[in-house]
Amino acid sequence: MNKPVRRIAIFCGLLVLALLVRVNWLQYAKADSLKNAKDNRRVNITRYASPRGDIIVGGSPVTGSVETKTDALNDLKYKRTYKDGPMWAPVTGYASQVYGATFLEGVEDGILTGTDDKLFFRNTLDMLTGKPKQGGNVVTTLNAAAQKAAYNGLQGHGKGAVVALEPSTGKILALASYPSYDPGSIAGSYDGKAWEGLQKKNNPSDPMLNRALRETYPPGSTFKVVTAAAALENGKYASADQPTDSPLPWTMPGTTTPLQNEGNLPCKNATMREALRVSCNTVFGKIGADLGNDKMLEEAEKFGFNKQQFVPTRADASVFSKDMNVSQTALSSIGQFNTAATPLQMAMVVSAIANDGKLMKPYMVDKLQSPSVDTLEQTQPEELSQPLSSKNAQILQSMMETVVKTGTGTNAQLGNGVTVGGKTGTAQHGINNSGKPYAWFISYAKMSDGSSPVAVAVVVEDENANRGDISGGGLAAPIAKNVMKAVIDSRQ
Amino acid sequence: MSSSTNSTTHHTSTIGAIGAPSRRNTELALLVFAVVIPVFAYANVGLAINNTVPPGLLSYGLGLGLLAGVGHLVVRKFAPYADPLLLPLATLLNGLGLVVIWRLDQSKLLQHIHQAGTAAPRQLLYTALGIGLFVVVLIFLKDHRALQRYTYISMVGALILLLLPLVPGLGADLTYGAKIWISVAGFSIQPGEFAKIVLAIFFAGYLMVKRDALALASRRFMGLYLPRGRDLGPILVVWAISILILVFETDLGTSLLFFGMFVIMLYVATERTSWIVFGLLMSAAGAVGVASFEPHVQTRVQAWLDPMNEYLLSRAGVKDGVVHSEQLQQALWAFGSGGTLGSGLGQGHSDLIRFAANSDFVLATFGEELGLAGLMAILLVYGLIVERGVRTALAARDPFGKLLAVGLSGAFALQVFVVAGGVMGLIPLTGMTMPFLAYGGSSVIANWVLIGILLRISDTARRPAPSPAPNPDAEMTQVVRP
Repeated sequence: MNKPVRRIAIFCGLLVLALLVRVNWLQYAKADSLKNAKDNRRVNITRYASPRGDIIVGGSPVTGSVETKTDALNDLKYKRTYKDGPMWAPVTGYASQVYGATFLEGVEDGILTGTDDKLFFRNTLDMLTGKPKQGGNVVTTLNAAAQKAAYNGLQGHGKGAVVALEPSTGKILALASYPSYDPGSIAGSYDGKAWEGLQKKNNPSDPMLNRALRETYPPGSTFKVVTAAAALENGKYASADQPTDSPLPWTMPGTTTPLQNEGNLPCKNATMREALRVSCNTVFGKIGADLGNDKMLEEAEKFGFNKQQFVPTRADASVFSKDMNVSQTALSSIGQFNTAATPLQMAMVVSAIANDGKLMKPYMVDKLQSPSVDTLEQTQPEELSQPLSSKNAQILQSMMETVVKTGTGTNAQLGNGVTVGGKTGTAQHGINNSGKPYAWFISYAKMSDGSSPVAVAVVVEDENANRGDISGGGLAAPIAKNVMKAVIDSRQ
Repeated sequence: MSSSTNSTTHHTSTIGAIGAPSRRNTELALLVFAVVIPVFAYANVGLAINNTVPPGLLSYGLGLGLLAGVGHLVVRKFAPYADPLLLPLATLLNGLGLVVIWRLDQSKLLQHIHQAGTAAPRQLLYTALGIGLFVVVLIFLKDHRALQRYTYISMVGALILLLLPLVPGLGADLTYGAKIWISVAGFSIQPGEFAKIVLAIFFAGYLMVKRDALALASRRFMGLYLPRGRDLGPILVVWAISILILVFETDLGTSLLFFGMFVIMLYVATERTSWIVFGLLMSAAGAVGVASFEPHVQTRVQAWLDPMNEYLLSRAGVKDGVVHSEQLQQALWAFGSGGTLGSGLGQGHSDLIRFAANSDFVLATFGEELGLAGLMAILLVYGLIVERGVRTALAARDPFGKLLAVGLSGAFALQVFVVAGGVMGLIPLTGMTMPFLAYGGSSVIANWVLIGILLRISDTARRPAPSPAPNPDAEMTQVVRP
């Protein structure tokens, strides 16, 4: 009888072994994915167990934490609060006890919660000394005055977004979207009603949409600066002041449709400077058609089109299509047809031009700080590409400065020795262009010493304005002007 | 078969002649650890949750120490040659179980759900009852072979115990889970836990008598010994009972436990591998057959295959005739969140499992708060108990003792596997409890009785035989042999 008993002993050993293997699988191999699973309540418990680190703008936090009453059913100790929530929402996102965390709150959650590996050494030390875990801070590149100017400017006009960049570094100075929402209103455990009220299906104005990063608009005439850059870079025209080969009226190749200008403009064989000043569709449409889809696509992609940007929050990819026929390329080259850009993308375009052709990678996290405000990580400016040469960039700058001096963008003039270059845009959209057009303005400011502190892109969709009033110069340029002024004033 | 028994007898009597160590002092030393470790764990929980040493620490330590001490003294007096490891290991598990049950009592969430947080004092009472019965077993069961007399009474008793939950008015009607409970005078009793022991006695007595017939009267076919039709009877009956348990009590675990225990004992009694093959085939056929029409079993299988889906169904409050439970997914998260070293006692969130967090799912708390390291230690303690039980079977000198010891140890191992495997998502979840760790009177009392019986068998096995009377013929006999 002993032989089978020994075998049973082995069998029982195997049962225990199977359990040991399984527990290793669960608690070692799969531990991290189980621990950080989205629905694992512990993620939230840890996130709100201690005051969350802050998101800092210009030295003062725009976020905070407040202790809540914990009881049997509420196991989350702290709740997120926000200062000027609606204004900063496109930057901070929300950290909600129920709905998770988005934008900087989501991307930098590890630092803010204090669980990031960069804090590992510190956390271990704290554990040994018995100090409670604390979250680190996220110091942003944003400029509070510029953000305020952007948000206030948008407030009067229905919907829209503003992005301002520092051309020489890529720092994001303003990132506003309107209408917005207060992330504090959905931060707690019992804010379901507020959350429902913010959803698009209950609120057609979709306040939680981050229009600066996550919405693409047809860029309209502002895209003409990209077309102009392509013309200069490909040697089609070597200067701003040579007459272009532009018949009027101009019928798009392969069609019987003549391309229309907005009004009776002097576009026949106009120079690029003149064509940009009065915004000739025919001149830039023909440049695009002559260069062809591939060259236009190459230039657009150098500016960042067709690629998601991470700043570090994700921005949607802007679109410039490939495999288009000649007439579609012509329309795309004046910012219509399939062409669509996020406000961030257009800010990148103007920032590259202002920075003598170098496109810097846009970013909004300057540095990450430990709870004791030591710097854990400092973001270094990074060159993304060079869409145009320094010489061509200066030619384009002089063209854009003409636009503001005597063209469609006079509303953005700053005076006081500050030169402004810009471009308006009024983009048609909707079926048969029935929707209210989007008013665009992109611009940069240049100081007397030649440095450029700010480049800005503004888009406004004003449902209440008369159709005739909607123009980039009228609606968007004043907002861009105030944002640039705020940046320049805050430097002095 | 009989030759091996003889050799064991011969072997042991030789050692007996020079005096076998009783190992009672080893047991006492180990018991000190088995009491001190849970006391430290208890202090740890109190410091983690309330920042103070729990006020009940002294009485808890004294209580556990007293119970262990009584157990030890009784073993010393009535079973001096018993295995020295079983009592300390069971005490350790029981003590740690009490600590974790107390720790879960402190959870505000569980207090909110159960309207009370008093499981730990009750469990201490059950533990006292369990050790009381353990003492009774050791004092009054002078020789385990006495149990052999009750073979058929045991059969009847086991059947009654198994059928009790089905009696109208007696069976606790729980809309969730398996129907394996009865309620008597406000107490919930799980008769299956006791049936386990009673059935082992019946199987051991029955197989001891029938094993030769079962082993020898068989035809060989394709390398397997096929038993005669009439010898198939008993296994078919037990199989049918297991299936009935599965169908009417919808409890896969109990069913698997009893059938598995029977197959193990049948195999040991007959030494025929063919029984194992038959057993596996029959249990597979039974499980698949029942699962094909029993929605409760199907839900359990689905929950095992996709616990996250069950979690979402439960959260969404889907009502489709079966109860969806988030427990398994919550348990898996608890294990994963514990990681290698665990969160520390009192610092986990296994109360998120809510219902049955301190009974069926108690292992998840161990996993989360003591980590991979702690849980492996716990599983190894279970492994040690099982292997000491099997060791007892090896050492036992009589076939009844061997069968009973291997049956009880095998059932214990199967139960640990079925429960721990279920909670860890290795196999579908069933409604049984971890022996000694989980909250539940029936379980803790029955398992102390089980340990008592194993100690009795091991005492008989290791006790030195009375020294043989001097045999004047011994030398002559040797001379005569060539």
